[in-house]
Amino acid sequence: MWLINSSIGRKFVMSITGIALVLFLLFHGTMNFVAILSPESYNAICHFLGANWYALVGTVGLALLVVLHFTFAFILTWQNYKARGRDRYDVASSRGEVSFASKNMFVLGVIIIGFMLLHLYNFWFKMQFVEIAHKMGGDIGDLSLATDGAYYISVLFANPVYCVIYLIWLGAIWYHLTHGVWSALHTLGLNNKIWFGRIKCIGNIVATLVVLLFVAVVLHFGGQAIMNGTTDYVW
Amino acid sequence: MEKSINIKVKVWRQAGPKVKGMFETYELNNISTDASFLEMIDILNEKLVQEHKEPIAFDHDCREGICGMCSLYINGHPHGPDQAITTCQLHMRKFHDGETITIEPWRSRAFPVIKDLIVDRNAYDKIMQAGGYVNVNTGGIPDANAIPIPKPVADEAMDAASCIGCGACAAACKNGSAMLFVAAKVSQLALLPQGKIEKAARAKAMVAKMDELGFGNCTNTGACEAECPKSVSITHIARLNREYIGAKFKD
Amino acid sequence: MNDSIKIENGVFTTPVPEGPLAEKWTNYKSHQKLVNPANKRRLDIIVVGTGLAGASAAASLGELGFNVLNFCIQDSPRRAHSIAAQGGINAAKNYQNDGDSIYRLYYDTIKGGDYRAREANVYRLAEVSNDIIDQCVAQGVPFAREYGGLLDNRSFGGAQVSRTFYAKGQTGQQLLLGAYSALSRQIHKGSVKLFTRHEMLDVVLVKDKDGVERARGIIARNLITGKLERFFAHAVVIATGGYGNAFFLSTNAMASNGSAAIQCYKKGAFFANPCFAQIHPTCIPVHGDYQSKLTLMSESLRNDGRIWVPKKKEDAEALRAGKMKPTEIKDEDRDFYLERRYPAFGNLVPRDVASRAAKERCDAGFGVNNTGLAVYLDFKYAIERLGRDAVEARYGNLFQMYEKIVDENPYETPMMIFPAIHYTMGGIWVDYDLQTSIKGLFAIGEANFSDHGANRLGASALMQGLADGYFVLPYTIQNYLADQIQEPRLSTDLPEFVQAEQAVKDKITRMLNIKGKRSVDSIHKELGHVMWDNVGMARTEESLKEAMVRIKEIKKEFWSNVYIPGSSSDFNVELEKAIRLADFIEVGYLMALDGLNRNESCGGHFREEYQTAEGEALRQDDKYSYAACWLYKGEDQDPELIKEDLKYEFTIRAQRNYKS
Repeated sequence: MWLINSSIGRKFVMSITGIALVLFLLFHGTMNFVAILSPESYNAICHFLGANWYALVGTVGLALLVVLHFTFAFILTWQNYKARGRDRYDVASSRGEVSFASKNMFVLGVIIIGFMLLHLYNFWFKMQFVEIAHKMGGDIGDLSLATDGAYYISVLFANPVYCVIYLIWLGAIWYHLTHGVWSALHTLGLNNKIWFGRIKCIGNIVATLVVLLFVAVVLHFGGQAIMNGTTDYVW
Repeated sequence: MEKSINIKVKVWRQAGPKVKGMFETYELNNISTDASFLEMIDILNEKLVQEHKEPIAFDHDCREGICGMCSLYINGHPHGPDQAITTCQLHMRKFHDGETITIEPWRSRAFPVIKDLIVDRNAYDKIMQAGGYVNVNTGGIPDANAIPIPKPVADEAMDAASCIGCGACAAACKNGSAMLFVAAKVSQLALLPQGKIEKAARAKAMVAKMDELGFGNCTNTGACEAECPKSVSITHIARLNREYIGAKFKD
Repeated sequence: MNDSIKIENGVFTTPVPEGPLAEKWTNYKSHQKLVNPANKRRLDIIVVGTGLAGASAAASLGELGFNVLNFCIQDSPRRAHSIAAQGGINAAKNYQNDGDSIYRLYYDTIKGGDYRAREANVYRLAEVSNDIIDQCVAQGVPFAREYGGLLDNRSFGGAQVSRTFYAKGQTGQQLLLGAYSALSRQIHKGSVKLFTRHEMLDVVLVKDKDGVERARGIIARNLITGKLERFFAHAVVIATGGYGNAFFLSTNAMASNGSAAIQCYKKGAFFANPCFAQIHPTCIPVHGDYQSKLTLMSESLRNDGRIWVPKKKEDAEALRAGKMKPTEIKDEDRDFYLERRYPAFGNLVPRDVASRAAKERCDAGFGVNNTGLAVYLDFKYAIERLGRDAVEARYGNLFQMYEKIVDENPYETPMMIFPAIHYTMGGIWVDYDLQTSIKGLFAIGEANFSDHGANRLGASALMQGLADGYFVLPYTIQNYLADQIQEPRLSTDLPEFVQAEQAVKDKITRMLNIKGKRSVDSIHKELGHVMWDNVGMARTEESLKEAMVRIKEIKKEFWSNVYIPGSSSDFNVELEKAIRLADFIEVGYLMALDGLNRNESCGGHFREEYQTAEGEALRQDDKYSYAACWLYKGEDQDPELIKEDLKYEFTIRAQRNYKS
């Protein structure tokens, strides 16, 4: 199977899963942004994405994408480490043309995944998971709040520590995407001399857009808490 | 203007493929800044021979930047600090008085060290043998002008074809990937009408051989292009990806 | 000995096919002997070298179905020094409609070579030149093209037409990579077996049942392990390039050497016209005694660059002292000496003429650079005429190369250039079949004494290398092999192989045991100085005699005082260099000896005693219309001179004229 056996195949999987995840982030970011404009509308979306079959399929698909993306990243990184050979360079130095992100995609990825687990605990575990649990007869969490995403957002970002943690996470995502987006397109072969600069530019715009959508939510709710004097350091 | 500098060179010495290597440091005085880097090593070797020591083994041949034989990793860069040149085109005017210069061999699993700074780059030949050609025999060929080729296409093919097979791309790559080398050939031949006919088979065969030989997976860091003595563009890698993925989908 | 050679009183003529010049090659091909496909599989051919000639021959022979064993000293066939050829390759396509034809290419080549080549061979070369371009394009060589998509041409020295095909300033590279790709294809198919980092150290001759000695194999040293290895083949092809590195400083690669040719010579192959060495006029001048090689600046630069020195001596002196910049000299104070002396060809006179003219100006005290040994090659006028971008598009990579070495920007200040040893027209003697005087031993490319006579025109080396490899040898070698189909593969344990290996082993042991005081390079540099001063651009009876004495001394010094570290059973670069130097000393001596014998000036061989009133080369057709073939007579003994009489049946020879 060339998707597993060949280097370009493996990179192809990385690209496709990566692009799918970026599209998800774009959707997720836009949806979150709605929370700033209208918490009610946001909750309506949350309700829509509760424990319905389509949302569950989406969730499973998403989880699969993350697992695939991460597993392939792990395999690629391990293979690449081995390909460098046993003896390493004594002096290693890098040209300005080589971006920080491109050299540290795996590290950034691990950071992103780590924070993602926290994020799942913060939101998904209290929302969709609670709904699922209740449907299956379990009794975890507060079902009445399961679709009240806006509530959880405002509670979480009332804690400045979380604001900072989320901002760091978003920073890592931004770095990851500045390389990830154009690199994915490049791996798919969608590049040439004329488009080289343009595609890099598009990648940066997408990365910045995605991250700004999320940052806006953090700043909005964090700032609101500070202005209302409702900051709360409770974890 | 010509002047002289005193330098220290820290060189990787390794007696053979299976022997453990280590760094040795040598002092050199009064090196003309007009001397080339390899002439500096010649001077050092002459000194070592005079002292009845083994001179440093290093690959070099044409000394005008085209044969691709020279392959030194100098101060953290393949072919040294200057860009768009080979080691043999590097001159001592790029270094300053009192500097310690670290010289290492290419380090990549697919390029094992043979001795000191000499590595085995046979892997690149094997990739070429897997499909880096047009299947035509000598003779019985149509006239050279029978198929016009647009100048921009010919020029881009020429840019790809300027690869000298030195191995700097794989040596510079944190992933030990040979994609730029493979892409340069696949791209050159895929651009030209003469090579287009077999482009799918060629891309598949060359990538398969590259993977088999233990090169890493490309992650588009662009270090290869930045260190390539001929500045071969990584857009050729995009073309290789395109050709390869297209070929696989057709299958 | 090769039975086409019938020597009478030290003279012979080489049989060539019957018929008019233009029909000889066709006649040959129609009547030659061929080997059928089933028999080809049973025949082994060794090809030593992977340059344009070697790689193209190995690939083509492999395609035909022979078993080919191909050797090179570098780590890959693609490193061969053909790769460094910059300017282009000639062919008589007449795509420019400027009056070119096969005959004109033939005529320019034989005239450029000062009428010291064999007519039939040169004509064949011109004839197959067009096929080469077709072949290379089919392989995917990205030649430069016009906007309409058709192939572009440029002009080179010694021609009044534009017939040079090029790929930027990297034509040799692209052609070699084309041949290398064809070779790689055959290696993949298994018809060619490649041995990299292997150096041929001897050719093995075995007598057949009739007592005729035939080349049947080689002894090669595995450069990584140091092990000597024996290889058998039904025929051996030498494609190891020239011996210009005898001068230590040359445009050749560091490892280019004449050892294979010298080994063949010592086994009885004629070494022809060793004194014909080409001095290339446009090289970057020497800058220090640590210098390891000279870098060529392509002859194509003379298309648009103008060569000059100051008209006034005081200007030249000020330039040498660094008190003045070349850009400060006004046009009227510049002496464009090539345009002045040779109005018809101007800056595009042949290489030997351009080199001597530069030397003449420098000797007269008009040279520049701090050494006084350089002239200017100026692009100011081309930039004014065409714009900087156009100049950059044509010569950008050459300008970059110059700037990296000299640290001056040639767009702003003129380049400095000086002649340097570049190519050797002399080499192993071959007949029309490219077979040497030893049966079964062939020589192609620069390694043979070639079709260039006493001087090679620019962009003709690539043409000859590929002509030999793709289109000549694959035919002519069959003419020999057709009689060999009954010959079984011989064991390399035969006494001939064992003895040859032992002789090489003894030589190496002897060298390693000298344990003297001098490094190989220091002796090589000494040889180089002797060669440049005495056997260089201008030679005299006196200088050549002195060279012979000095080279004998150097030989003695080498064999009694060289120091080679390390052992023979290891990767030992110093030992490799020592083995090559021992042979360069032999070549150097042969060059001086041959130059002394040739009491005339022709092409690259300029004897000061023989010049016209205007300082042009003066040939002596009545006495020296021959190829001087040197037959080895043993160590410390001068070789015997045998003359191949060069008959000019179709071409009228004249004093070369590039003035009008």
